[in-house]
Amino acid sequence: VIPVENVRLLDRSSGQRKASVGTLYLSATHTIFVENNPETRKETWVLHSMVSSVDRPPSTPSGSQLVLRCKDFRVYQILVPQERDCVDVHASLVRLSRPEKYSELYCLSFNPSVNKEEREASWSFIDLMADYKRMGVPNNLWVSTTVNNEYRVCDTYPSELFVPKSASTGVIVGSSRFRSRGRFPALSYFHQDTLAAVCRCSQPLSGFSGRCQEDELMLQAVMKSNPGSDYIYVVDTRPKLNAMANRAAGKGYENEDHYTNIKLQFIGIENIHVMRSSQQKIIDVGEMRAPSMSDFLWGLENSGWLKHIKAVLDAGVFIARAVADEGVSVLVHCSDGWDRTAQACSVASILLDPFYRTLRGFMVLIERDWVSFGHKFSHRYAHLDGDPKEVSPVIDQFLECVWQLSEQFPCAFEFNERFLITLHTYIYSCQYGSFMGNCQKERRDLRLRERSHSVWPQLWKDRSDYTNPLYQAEQSQSQGVLKPNTSPFYFKMWKGLYNHVEKSVPPRQSPADYLSAVREESQQLEEELTNHQEVAPGGTAHQHQHHQPGSRQGIQHNTPPPPPPPPTNLEIPPV
Amino acid sequence: MEFSEHIKTANVEDVVLRQPLHPPSRGTLCITGHHLLFSDREEGSSRQVLLLLRNIDAIEKSVENLLGYSGFFSKAGLSERTSGSSGTITIKCKDLQVLQLDIPGMEQCLNIAHSIETLSCLDSVSEMYPFFYRPADLSLQDQWGLSSPESYYSQMKELHGRWRLSSVNRDYSVCPSYPPAVIVPNSIDDDTLRKVAKFRQGGRFPVLCYYHRKNGMVIMRSSQPLTGANRKRCKEDELLLQAVIDGSDKGYIIDTRSSQQAQQARMTGGGFESKSCYSHWKRLHRQMERGKALQESLIKLVEACGDESNNMDRWLSKLENSKWLSYVQTALSTAGLLAECVERDGHSVLVHGSEGTDSSLLISTLAQLIMDPCCRTLDGFLALLEREWLQAGHPFQQRCAHSAYSHTRLQQESPVFLLLLDCVWQLWRQFPLALGFSEALLLRLATEVYASDYGTFLCNSDQERCAVGVKDKTHCLFQALLRPREKDYYSNPLYEPTELAIWPSVHPQSLQLWRGFFLRWTQQIRHLEEAQEEIRNMVIEWGKLALS
Repeated sequence: VIPVENVRLLDRSSGQRKASVGTLYLSATHTIFVENNPETRKETWVLHSMVSSVDRPPSTPSGSQLVLRCKDFRVYQILVPQERDCVDVHASLVRLSRPEKYSELYCLSFNPSVNKEEREASWSFIDLMADYKRMGVPNNLWVSTTVNNEYRVCDTYPSELFVPKSASTGVIVGSSRFRSRGRFPALSYFHQDTLAAVCRCSQPLSGFSGRCQEDELMLQAVMKSNPGSDYIYVVDTRPKLNAMANRAAGKGYENEDHYTNIKLQFIGIENIHVMRSSQQKIIDVGEMRAPSMSDFLWGLENSGWLKHIKAVLDAGVFIARAVADEGVSVLVHCSDGWDRTAQACSVASILLDPFYRTLRGFMVLIERDWVSFGHKFSHRYAHLDGDPKEVSPVIDQFLECVWQLSEQFPCAFEFNERFLITLHTYIYSCQYGSFMGNCQKERRDLRLRERSHSVWPQLWKDRSDYTNPLYQAEQSQSQGVLKPNTSPFYFKMWKGLYNHVEKSVPPRQSPADYLSAVREESQQLEEELTNHQEVAPGGTAHQHQHHQPGSRQGIQHNTPPPPPPPPTNLEIPPV
Repeated sequence: MEFSEHIKTANVEDVVLRQPLHPPSRGTLCITGHHLLFSDREEGSSRQVLLLLRNIDAIEKSVENLLGYSGFFSKAGLSERTSGSSGTITIKCKDLQVLQLDIPGMEQCLNIAHSIETLSCLDSVSEMYPFFYRPADLSLQDQWGLSSPESYYSQMKELHGRWRLSSVNRDYSVCPSYPPAVIVPNSIDDDTLRKVAKFRQGGRFPVLCYYHRKNGMVIMRSSQPLTGANRKRCKEDELLLQAVIDGSDKGYIIDTRSSQQAQQARMTGGGFESKSCYSHWKRLHRQMERGKALQESLIKLVEACGDESNNMDRWLSKLENSKWLSYVQTALSTAGLLAECVERDGHSVLVHGSEGTDSSLLISTLAQLIMDPCCRTLDGFLALLEREWLQAGHPFQQRCAHSAYSHTRLQQESPVFLLLLDCVWQLWRQFPLALGFSEALLLRLATEVYASDYGTFLCNSDQERCAVGVKDKTHCLFQALLRPREKDYYSNPLYEPTELAIWPSVHPQSLQLWRGFFLRWTQQIRHLEEAQEEIRNMVIEWGKLALS
């Protein structure tokens, strides 16, 4: 595509108030805008896969407009002088932002400067089996099964799974036939303190009266794998009405008369369609220019978004309480067991186990409950041009639950808000192969490990940008089970994700950036001090430059929002 | 009057206290003239709860007869019937804490309730606790207060050419709610001031409250002019305002009422500065809620924060309905406007509403915080409060007689000062490095203003405080807050002075519920406090290392 000159671009998300004039280029992967201003020549790069819609509102006397709405909720307004150019750019962008085949995805052409070995190693950065080992699995209650080798029993499940020791292959296979998409009960998390477990599956194909002996035995086996309790909770994360409606389609929920020793609990998380439209409303609230306080609060209420976030968090809290306080195992499902189930299980894990509140632990958690258990990333986050009804912000809600928790427990998480937002971007951007496809089998068939890179080592490398300076592993908030308060008062709109009107006008002060700098400087000073002491007696004379207390040299304050942050430039005098 | 006549039962054993953040405990309850004292008598613990009766906003009592119906049938004596009964008193405090006391014996319970009801709202200032509070480490001879118009004037050398210190109000006769000394234009003599005072409600003639060093512009404040229905004029008033702008092309008047309200005020003798008479002044109207509406807003918000339905829609709708955050937004944006006039446009501004004792003080204080780095230190902020609220005559006693729980009929109550603290908290949250004090200071002030050991917030004006001898017979809160240990605690560890103005965002998304205050008595707030503690420790550690 030939570059288009004299284009105006307005990027409100970065606090821009006036449009800048420049040239617009389209590459195979990016829309690039280069400012004319010879002093700045500022470049704006927008990844095609981040574009969720390209609109062409009616032309104005000064030219034709294009509005790019992105999956990270940024909005770019572009004014093209000639209508014909605008039509061309629009057509190209529509095509480029909606790839039809996996082979067109950015992750297959994205080529960071790492060699083959490094790329291969990047895929083993997160080791799920090591995490099960960390939880104490396998043990005499939970064992590994080969039943899903080659994805024979359930094509959306991972090949390596843990199941109750007493469950025979026959029971597993039988249970799987009685469950939607063959997603039989399998272990998500094992809580060593109480020996209770969180398991997950899909809804049973019970209809109004159907039953399945193997499935009943399977649930018995889950119960038996917890010596401390004589019943299990079955958490159906759907509203009861929805679950009942499913019975008419031959699906539904467990009949308590057929399953002995289960307690059924409905949580009431709405389905993906409700969530999709709710998120659209909260995005609109975030885009309101100068709303009154009433308009804003009304918009917030009307969107229903925080209510849904609260429902997801409540599901996690229920499970965590059952496991930690009552010592009762929980089997979680929704309909297919890959959306609400993933949300509820991963929130429960993050509440139950401090490890998942660390940077690496959080990666493991996403890899386990979302990636390996077949959350449909490519469908939900519109990686390919497809059915818009499949798109829904399921993982957005999980990330937001974690953010809401971090607001309640500022010292409990090793990572910061920037990490969550960056992760959100990578989930949508298709830059890395980690979130491609809809299940493990699909990723294997696409040979993503050979053709793309894993996101985790990259995030780990940049971990200093993503670290919460208030986190200290030995601090009380960081340890044990988190018990959040889910009263409505404690929920806030996630401004960092949804507000792109006010961002950085003027740049706000961030205590976190400041503290990170303080922490880093403290560490360096400490090192310096140790070195100093080591050589001190009779050593060479040190030019030890003293820091003035309170001078806080080199600490930057107004670091712009993520990503990527500028390196904190600390000048420690040479010793 | 003796306090003892209100205390029929001074001590009760075997009382159960239920208090937020603590497990219930059993112990002895004691009522004194100013306090409710509870001491735990469990083995191994020695918890004492000392509650200032003044802090109690409302009590609710419920008594139940454990003997059931038997009392009706046996015509036993009163003592026998009441001995098997018990009562519960729910105490709702002005700092939003809610306590519950289970008291054995109906009669004792009723006696205690009666004492609390009477003693918590005694009217006589000189009988209040600050007149009895004598801590060992403070002396009544210590200096009272931090700042005054006199000291402000003497520090501000730049003022000396065009402005003078007038003691026209030395006996409070010109304006009862003003301090004895005020700063006015040099060219305006005391006689003129006396005439201007007659033309302004309550005698509150325009005085200087802030001088902007960067450009020499000033903030003045006053009450409304008494133009009335006949559009009365006052030459001296016009002269004074002319002297304020002296040579520069114009000034702004920020009227904290809508222009309609200002028009209506003429019907009751008030009014506004008309364009024709004050041609160099441009009026801007910003409607700010005050009085009853503000008090009701607080009541609604506190009620919403106690809602236990656990329903998100209901909460958001109640939050919206309370309008509190809208008032925060208006206050901050009006203060922003004021600061913009002075700092960006380079014009002097006169602020007033009707009485000039509430909204005017609110926005002039906030504007000074936005513009002036000197007001953002701990000392500077307290001095600002002293000048702009205490000496400027905010009627604390009337405004803070009751808080959000009270059942009594509201009179002059209005949480204007609390609104100020909330707005300052929003600033603090948006600029975590720019203010020298901590959230803990704002919370402490929010408590002290309603019930205090100190005399600082007693009475409605300097004159009243003088009359009862507040400065001689009570201790000064601000001085106490600046003692080394307190000062440490109330300082912001992240404080990094900046000369720049701190322009707050007033976008609704940038303003938040002040959870630290409104949800103060919940476990969740403890987590946030821990985080603050962590920040303090980190910075202290860092400071030590940097020193070594």
